[in-house]
Amino acid sequence: MADETMLDILKRRGVSRRGFLKFCAATTSLLALPPSMAAAVAESLGRVRRPAVIWLSFQECTGCTESLTRAHSPSIESLIFDAISLDYHHTLQAASGHAAEEAREHSMKADWGNYLLIVDGSIPLKDGGVYSTIAGISNLAMLQEAAAGAAAIVAIGTCAAYGGLPHAQPNPTGAVAVSDIVKDKPIINVPGCPPVPAVMVGVLAHYLTFGTLPDLDDLGRPRAFYGESIHDRCYRRPFYDQGKFAKTFDDAGARDGWCLFELGCKGPTTHNACATTKWNGGTSWPVQSGHGCIGCSEPDFWDAGGFYKALSTPVNSVSGAATAAVAAGAAAGIAIGLANRQRKARARAGHQTVTIADLEK
Amino acid sequence: MSAMELLLWARGPGLVIAAVIFLFGMTLRLIEVYSLGRKRDLAVPRSPTPGSGWRTIVTRSLPHADTWRRSGLTIVAGFVFHIGLFVVLLFLLPHIELIRSLTGLSWPALPTPLVDLVTVITLIALIVALVHRLMDPVKRFLSGFGDYLAWTVTFLPLLTGYMAYHHLLLDYTLLLALHILSVELLLVVFPFTKLTHTFTLFIARWYNGDIAARKGVAS
Repeated sequence: MADETMLDILKRRGVSRRGFLKFCAATTSLLALPPSMAAAVAESLGRVRRPAVIWLSFQECTGCTESLTRAHSPSIESLIFDAISLDYHHTLQAASGHAAEEAREHSMKADWGNYLLIVDGSIPLKDGGVYSTIAGISNLAMLQEAAAGAAAIVAIGTCAAYGGLPHAQPNPTGAVAVSDIVKDKPIINVPGCPPVPAVMVGVLAHYLTFGTLPDLDDLGRPRAFYGESIHDRCYRRPFYDQGKFAKTFDDAGARDGWCLFELGCKGPTTHNACATTKWNGGTSWPVQSGHGCIGCSEPDFWDAGGFYKALSTPVNSVSGAATAAVAAGAAAGIAIGLANRQRKARARAGHQTVTIADLEK
Repeated sequence: MSAMELLLWARGPGLVIAAVIFLFGMTLRLIEVYSLGRKRDLAVPRSPTPGSGWRTIVTRSLPHADTWRRSGLTIVAGFVFHIGLFVVLLFLLPHIELIRSLTGLSWPALPTPLVDLVTVITLIALIVALVHRLMDPVKRFLSGFGDYLAWTVTFLPLLTGYMAYHHLLLDYTLLLALHILSVELLLVVFPFTKLTHTFTLFIARWYNGDIAARKGVAS
């Protein structure tokens, strides 16, 4: 079993070579590689021998794992996922308690320096990290230990990548991202709440195929998936350009699929692959279902000014400060005006009449 | 500070600070200027024409034939960039959305490509106006720091808005933040530069027309 290649495992699971090649071609195009690379991807992926993967779940909601494993039909993505040697995953593994921890430690020792570490969830630092522990070990200690022997780290989901929901104000647990703690290992951020399954698998496929990190943007995200904004790839974009906007979620404009900018869509400032890969096997995605993008793959999206406020509008109310400013301006203006009048009156009062006698002096 | 944090600062505290400085400064200046008043005119008006001030607002806003011949370029560039500025400011949807969130008033937006075209024309008109200001010896002599500052803070919001829409050079989020910040810069310097003409222009024209009529030069 341990020496089986990925292609063997997939074959055993009933995936045909044709199906595997199709998947490789799709992944290649998702990764923005030239079509000629599809064969190379298939070649390397097929030969991969169950790479050891340790998946640590910290302050999270299991949504990332759900996204990857609970597709409506068992997708090739989930089968690929099965094909990696997932030695430790809280949610998925049968073992629990000390047995689970033993499995993690065993796997770490066996593949020290070579395993891929996947982290979902943020890491709480406040009060000694007591807010999230596993088998009595704080998330911080577990991450530091596991990261030390990892070849690379994939921060899955916005919590692991940027702190996510636990990091939202007022951040009661002092939650931080993986990259805030681990500084000496390559980290790939795969944000999203949850990330698109194809994106997660695409990143894994890239790593397994080339053994290197994909090209990352300044937020540590693979450019292939996060290089373009939702807005630029949105099928509702023509309506934005035509000036046609839904005013409410159920007006005629909304029913005709008009742009959701006025309803607070964060598509213009959000980078993700939702608009192109879609969700649930290409069925739909949030904007297609009639709701604006909430920007879940961006840092601090939860605090980014309200999901239903248009991007060009103020985050906080300006009216109170504006009224005060006008009142203060009026008061200052009247005060200066009165001072000017007094100066004029004084000048008039102090005016001395010049007489002939004065000039003859 | 990330681009998103900068954007949130621009949409939050930055906007409040800019709005407070703008409103405080403009209210103060307008009250200060108009409370200066004028001495009572005890003379009998030469020509009793009550509409003269209002007519002057219109006549002074239209280019005179002589002026056309002498400084046609100034007039064309001036009209084009002023009209363009107002079209962009008032008819791009995100701007209308901002006005709606502040005042509750809204109106239909123009198609984005049209606003985009107007932006390019406005930018060109502003550049032409600047080049002419620098080339023309009289204009250059008359121009001071305040004039170039006013030009810069008018130009920047248009430029950053255009760049944001087309994703030029920088990431959209950062460009949007810079765009909003450039507008906030405009608001901050507004009460303290010649940009105040937005609020004083037509009142001054009315006054000139009215005083001229009292002295016998009715429009």
